[in-house]
Amino acid sequence: MGNKTALYDAHVAMGGKMVDFGGWDMPLHYGSQLEEHHKVRQDAGMFDVSHMTVVDVDGAGARDYLRTLLANDVAKLDGNPGKALYTGMLNPQGGVVDDLIVYLRDPGYRVVVNCATREKDLAWMNEQAQAFDVTLTERPHLAMVAIQGPQAIEKVKEVMGIDWTAAITDLKVFNSIARGDWFIARTGYTGEDGLEIMLNNEDAPGFWQALADAGVAPCGLGARDTLRLEAGMNLYGNEMDDDTSPLQANMAWTIGWEPEDRQFIGREALAQEKAAGVENKLVGLVLEDRGVLRAGQKVVVDDTNRRGIITSGTFSPTLGFSIAMARVPVSVGDSAQVEIRNKLVPVRVVKPSFVRNGKPLV
Amino acid sequence: MSEIRNELKYASSHEWARLEEDGTVTVGISDHAQDALGDVVYVETPEVGQTLSAGEEAGVVESVKAASDIYAPISGEVVAINEALEDEPETVNSSPYDDGWFFRVKPSDEGELDKLLDADAYKAESEEG
Repeated sequence: MGNKTALYDAHVAMGGKMVDFGGWDMPLHYGSQLEEHHKVRQDAGMFDVSHMTVVDVDGAGARDYLRTLLANDVAKLDGNPGKALYTGMLNPQGGVVDDLIVYLRDPGYRVVVNCATREKDLAWMNEQAQAFDVTLTERPHLAMVAIQGPQAIEKVKEVMGIDWTAAITDLKVFNSIARGDWFIARTGYTGEDGLEIMLNNEDAPGFWQALADAGVAPCGLGARDTLRLEAGMNLYGNEMDDDTSPLQANMAWTIGWEPEDRQFIGREALAQEKAAGVENKLVGLVLEDRGVLRAGQKVVVDDTNRRGIITSGTFSPTLGFSIAMARVPVSVGDSAQVEIRNKLVPVRVVKPSFVRNGKPLV
Repeated sequence: MSEIRNELKYASSHEWARLEEDGTVTVGISDHAQDALGDVVYVETPEVGQTLSAGEEAGVVESVKAASDIYAPISGEVVAINEALEDEPETVNSSPYDDGWFFRVKPSDEGELDKLLDADAYKAESEEG
């Protein structure tokens, strides 16, 4: 048996099919992954994401520490407590140790990293912290629930009541509000509007039930994956890892090159890669014919023997055909072929973003 | 609990086979298999006229989650495929033993059916697995 979140019993009671995910017993779905997916695109769904690792970064050296540790620049958050920043945390070779969101708090910062990489991340963060006046504190007493979909915010307001209504109404995208242990961020991993809410473990089951009573559908990791893939969002371990540069993972926009004198870890390697010419890029693939693209399938982009590879692939419930993200040579044109069970199948090459706010982009 | 029909024969790889009155054998995947796969979104059947040997790859069923090969439980020539699955693959989930059948073969040796598992043996095996 793996670790259990504060919502484990609720998942089981609601018919969740529990599977191991990075050492945690998590719900894959509660009956139909497809129905959960559609519910998020059309109404509101909720995900238990308590397995993710929350680390608070405090101390006089916190800002300098994060400006060294992270490829994006937390100076962009200065003066805006609550604001969030998406970034890679790189190794000196320019590979991605993890991708994460960092929030500016008052005082300090809060970082949310992936659960599958928890130990590696904490070891790396602690090692780099040696040189700074900074303390890192994990927050295992916090549960986290993501409520996503066009009706998500309205339903949360309904559940949380009058004290929170104004604050949530005013909350801007990629911002957060904190009161006591409650931490509400307008962020997500689905391509829909919504909130990610941290709260005490003891409060989580009641909150989850209240959301369910308000008509928010419990959704599992299965729908979470198809939703994020339609939204063109990276999954650590698929689109990038320790050996993948953010320049090859559609994360160039998360690298804070300015100011030039900020020496973040991995900067030198990325600058060299850029100067030499980036060899691959992450693209989207669309298969309008029948069949399903899957991670690991090879992508033929031209008549050379160079191949790309699908990093994530699925049937897209919203679009009704298969989509994928793939890392391919930068010379790729607007079409390619994918090798599926020894057959070459033609695909369209698009930007890796397929659905946003319920609307198809391809 | 998934349904296991007594009148059917089963392969360890979760296909079922049913001897029809006209001597052909209909093939599909078990309720247990469709449940494990989750929402089915794509089915690739063999072609009519194709000759299959027992245990040979005969198609693919893909759910949102994963792809899984279908094996012929019995040798013979494919005489019909369930074309409805092309547009409505989810029928495999809703009706695995009836409307969600995959293909029908004219068996070259009906005796091969006896080598398959009966309902009790399949039940025991799928519960272990």
